[in-house]
This record gives sequence, C-alpha cells and structure tokens, in this order.
Amino acid sequence: MQNMLTIISNALCRITGRNVGAQTVSEGSRVVVSRSFADFTPQATFDIKKCDVHRLEEGPPVKATLTRDQGLQYYRIMQTVRRMELKADQLYKQKIIRGFCHLYDGQEACAAGIEAAINPSDHLITAYRAHGYTYTRGVAIKEILAELTGRKGGVAKGKGGSMHMYAPHFYGGNGIVGAQVPLGAGIALACQYQGNNQVCVTLYGDGAANQGQLFEAFNMAALWKLPCIFICENNKYGMGTSVERASASTDYYKRGDFIPGLRVDGMDVLCVREATQFAADHCRSGKGPIVMELQTYRYHGHSMSDPGVSYRTREEIQEVRSKSDPISLLKDRMLSNNMAAVEEFKEIDIAIRKEVEEAAQYATSDPEPPLEELCNHIFKNDPPLEVRGTHPWATLKSVS
Amino acid sequence: GFRDALNQAMDEELERDERVFLLGEEVAQYDGAYKVSRGLWKKYGDKRIIDTPITEMGFTGIAVGAAMAGLRPICEFMTFNFSMQAIDQVINSAAKTYYMSAGLQSVPIVFRGPNGASAGVAAQHSQCFAAWYGHCPGLKVVSPWNAEDAKGLLKSAIRDDNPVVFLENELMYGVPFEMSEESQSKDFTIPIGKAKVERQGTHVTMVTHSRYVSHCLDAAAVLAKEGIECEVINLRTIRPLDVDCIETSVMKTNHLVTVEGGWPQFGVGAEICARVMEGPAFNYLDAPATRVTGVDIPMPYAKILEDNSLPQIKDIIFSVKKTLNV
Repeated sequence: MQNMLTIISNALCRITGRNVGAQTVSEGSRVVVSRSFADFTPQATFDIKKCDVHRLEEGPPVKATLTRDQGLQYYRIMQTVRRMELKADQLYKQKIIRGFCHLYDGQEACAAGIEAAINPSDHLITAYRAHGYTYTRGVAIKEILAELTGRKGGVAKGKGGSMHMYAPHFYGGNGIVGAQVPLGAGIALACQYQGNNQVCVTLYGDGAANQGQLFEAFNMAALWKLPCIFICENNKYGMGTSVERASASTDYYKRGDFIPGLRVDGMDVLCVREATQFAADHCRSGKGPIVMELQTYRYHGHSMSDPGVSYRTREEIQEVRSKSDPISLLKDRMLSNNMAAVEEFKEIDIAIRKEVEEAAQYATSDPEPPLEELCNHIFKNDPPLEVRGTHPWATLKSVS
Repeated sequence: GFRDALNQAMDEELERDERVFLLGEEVAQYDGAYKVSRGLWKKYGDKRIIDTPITEMGFTGIAVGAAMAGLRPICEFMTFNFSMQAIDQVINSAAKTYYMSAGLQSVPIVFRGPNGASAGVAAQHSQCFAAWYGHCPGLKVVSPWNAEDAKGLLKSAIRDDNPVVFLENELMYGVPFEMSEESQSKDFTIPIGKAKVERQGTHVTMVTHSRYVSHCLDAAAVLAKEGIECEVINLRTIRPLDVDCIETSVMKTNHLVTVEGGWPQFGVGAEICARVMEGPAFNYLDAPATRVTGVDIPMPYAKILEDNSLPQIKDIIFSVKKTLNV
C-alpha cells in the first residue's frame, strides 16, 4: 500500500510539478501540504448559470464538469493574466510603457474559458484589450511585456506595441474599433474555403457592437454560413459611456438578428467554456455563425489614461471584485469541493509572481530595437528597397 | 483589348493557384459590372467567384481577413470611389499590418477596379485615387495603361505577397490593343515598380500614367510635326515610383512635363516634381517642371464642362511648348 502511494505520489509530482507527499515538510515558517492525493476530489460537476438564448431551441448545458487538473490550469492562466496586467499598470505608471494600454483585469474568465473550448488550430481575433488573448494564444509573458515596453525582444520586435501583437492563428490586437469583426468573418471564410473544420472566434466590445461594419459582417457570415463565433465582451462601458447611453438595445446577443445568440455569464470560466463549446459545435456542424454575449467587467478604466471612476462608482467596482471576481469564483469552487488545498493556490500565486517579475525584468532591460530595423518589414518577400528618410539625404534601407 | 487582358490574367491566376479567388459586387452571375470577370463564375463556380452585398467596408474587411488566414483574394471595387467606404480596411488592416507585426502577419491581397474619370458620371463617381493610395507605405499602387500592362501587372499583383491597389480605367476597358507574342504566355508578368518609355525623344520628358499615356502619345505625334520630339514615360506603377527612369530621361531632355487626370494639389505630378528637385536631374532642367492635371473642382456633369475638367491633348501640347519656351 505504501509502495502504491509512493508511485502515485511520484506520478502526480510530475504532473503538477510539485512535491507532495504523505509527510509534513517544514521549511522555515512555511508548511507544505500534509495530505495525500487520495484526499482531493479529482473531478466535480457544477451548476452553472443558464444562458439566455436567441433563435435557439436550447442552449449550452447547465452543468459543467471540472477536473482538478483543469481547475488548476484555468486558475494558473487567469492568475497569470491578472498579474501580468497589474505589472503592466505598474510599468505604465513608471512611464516605461507609453501610449495606449488597455488592461484586461476582471475579464480573465473570458479569455481562459474560450481557449479551453477551442483548439490551437482554431483562430482568434480581438480588439485592443488584447494582452490576455495574446497570452492564451501562446505568446510568452516576457514577449508581451517587452512589446509593451517597446524592446526588440517583444513579440512584434517593438514595432507594434500594446494593440498589435500577433501569433499563429491569432490576428491581434486591432486598434480601429470594429474593424476586426469583418476581418474575423474573413478568417472564417478562409476556414470554410479550405475545408479544415476550424472556426474563428471574433471578439468585440459593447462599444463596437453598434458599428455598421459589424452588421455587414453578420449579413455575409449568415448568408454564406461562415464558421464564425462572434463574441461581444460586454463590460458595460464603451470608454466612458455606459451601455444604456450608447445602445438602443443592450441585448447584444440578439443584435445579430437572424443569427442565433447566447448571453453568458462572463465571470464564470466554466460558463464561458461550455458556451464556447456549444458555439464551436454549432459552427463546425455547418449551421453558420453564432453570436455570444459575455457579461463581464473591467476593473481598470478604459485605458491607463482613464481612472475609470468618473462614469462609475468605486462601490460598483468593489462590489464586482468581492462578489464576482472570476479567479476567486473558481478558487472558492475548488476549495469548497475539496479539489485543491489553499496552500497549492498560494504556491501557484508565488510562482506566477516570480514569473511575471522575471518577465518584467527582461522587458525593462532588453534593448530597444536597433535603428537599422526602422524601415524593415514594409513588404514581404521583396528585394531590399530604399526608403525616404526625413530629408533627401537620408536614404534608409528596408529589407523584408 | 484591355478588358480581355484583365480577364485573361485573372483566369490564368485562378487556374494556377487555388488560393486565389475574386469577390465583389456583381463579379459572379452578372459577369462583372464592366464585364471584366465575364465567364469566370461559369468556369470556377461559387467558391472562387463570390458576389457580395453592397457593403464595401464589410466585404473588404472579409477579403483582408481571408488574406491574413492564407488565401489570396482579389477584392473588386465597382469603382474606386466606393473604396472610400472601406479605406480603413485597405490602409489600417492591410497596408500597415506586415510592419506592425514585424513580419509575422502578411496580407497578400489585390484591390482592383476602375479609377478616375469615366464619362458623364459626375462628381461622386469620378475621383482619381492614385495620390491618396500612393501616399501610404505598405501598399503597392499600380496603374496600367494598355492591355499588356493590364495583364502583366495584374498577374504580378496577384502573385505579390503584399497588398496591391490596382487602378484600372473604365474608358480603357473597351480599347483594343495589340498584344505581343510574349504576353500570351501564362507566366507573362511585368515587374511592379518599373516604368516604361513608350516613345523615345530628346526635347522633353512627359511622365504620365493610365489613360493619359494615350493622350501624351497623341500630343507627341502632333508635336513631332513641328520638330519637337517628346519622350513619353508610362509610369505603370505609382508606388514605388520609378524615379531612376524619370531622372535618366530628364537628364537627357532637360525638360519635364507631368500629365495626370487627378487633381493638382498633393498629386502624382507634385510628387514627381519634388523627387526630381531632390535628385541629380534637377541640375539638368532648363526650365521649371510643369504639371498638367485635372481641374481643381468636383467633376461636373454637362459634357462641355466635363471635357474641360480634364487634360486635353491641346493642353498637353500647350504645356510642352510653354516649358520649351517656343
């Protein structure tokens, strides 16, 4: 029996990367978990909020199954995004990050839940509040932070900044409100054209939801049955304008009109995951596009230049933090179902803080891109060309 | 003719690469608003030739997204006037992306359609966009004159991995041109960025593009009778501009006249003059350069007014003589 426990213990150490055993280990004042694996619930099923539906007979399931490993993974992802965004806040206030910086803290369950339900081979495009998605789509924290600080180690070599980060099957990061939506429909068209059974998740906010080009994209996506999941992240404010002041209809999940829609609790990662799974199945079965509204909230203002309290109360923000924080919701669920220990979460937090700190170190010490790179990447696969500088004697060179 | 050359170019490229497709208003079942895509839908079907609703911003964005995801779209604007509704997608989503992503994301797309004045279509349907698109880094802007230009340049544009704005002219569609033996090949391409000297001359360099190449050649024929030999340069590409070709010519003729249909302010001619001033050819000029352009007004409707809103052959002849001080 003891032998068996050791084997299980070793195996699980490899999976979770932690040293958990049957004994108590003291390191100074820190006590590591003193329970064995047999104590943790490996899997539990949770009731989740029912989605409002539009033009659908039925919606996603009202129960979601979560394994311990999944829970810890989602927790890790959301906490990483949270810490990364808070680090960006700090760097911005130190003037090490410049220009626009739109932070995602509060909305983590959306990015984490969506990624949990799609494949890496699926596609995703979003607007400018993009750092969370850049991470979930596979870019390392240090490359994200170094892009924000404008260094050569940034994912776009410092040439894009906050709103222009890219990765395979991740099309940014887009600065023009609403423009990413037709782009996303186009990516979905490419999926259909190539017959690869992939879908495109196309995100936009409550502010963009009134853009004409969205309705143009909805029309063509429905007409041609494009495998496009249109997702509105409704965080209740388009910059400083509340949804009630901007939209004649705030039922964003219905705004697709002839396109079926779901309204989803965007603070619950399981809700988001189940809804996205439902939506992806819908698209992959050839039924055409679907609209999802994720009801979520951002703790920061619209961007770093917006304190975010002139158009909403601090009480409101605090209420969301205490009652609906996506990370706390998941953690509490897992703890109350004995799926993990408090100390495990603490250890994960510590590890993430360290990772983010190291990434920030990198982002602040990496050199800026060399001036020789100024004119590169104008064209792809072209011979070198001359680029006019600031005056006639400044002839600069551009290579692909 | 010009129209058939465009049709042939698209047909060949659709056949050659299955990632190439055409979308736009009336391109499929109507055979193209100007019949440029005649027969293509019948041959290639719904998947490759797509009729869109009248929603330029939407379908242009869709075309750009498809290009980002690995296809090679040809996005037709019924006229470039309508591209203004979609210009954000052309500039901000297509042109700038390769740079913003430091080479991670390319956009292999062609935006094509008739540009500039037609006949009697009035102000909202007659604007020339060469200068607007020519202004932007990240775009290539091409303006063919004859059928051979049309075929060779369109094939190059489709094969190019970058966003190309391809400016046609409605009045040229029906014009017949001889096509060389070489241009019949399925691999006939003309390089983007290289101008062509259509007529050799020694007294004055005329730099022009699209329809006005014909006007310049006609003016040159008249001037030749008076002993004035004009060198006519067909730009073929607006961006990047073939400054070397222009400078070489000006250094030979010592005189420069630019001719275009677009408005004068901040136009193609203005750019050519500025570039010549900044380079070695300036010291060879015996007179200031002259620009012949469209009149600086919205295009009127009445025929007499329209005719007098655009460069006529007599205007070109007059300008050449003034430049030569004869």
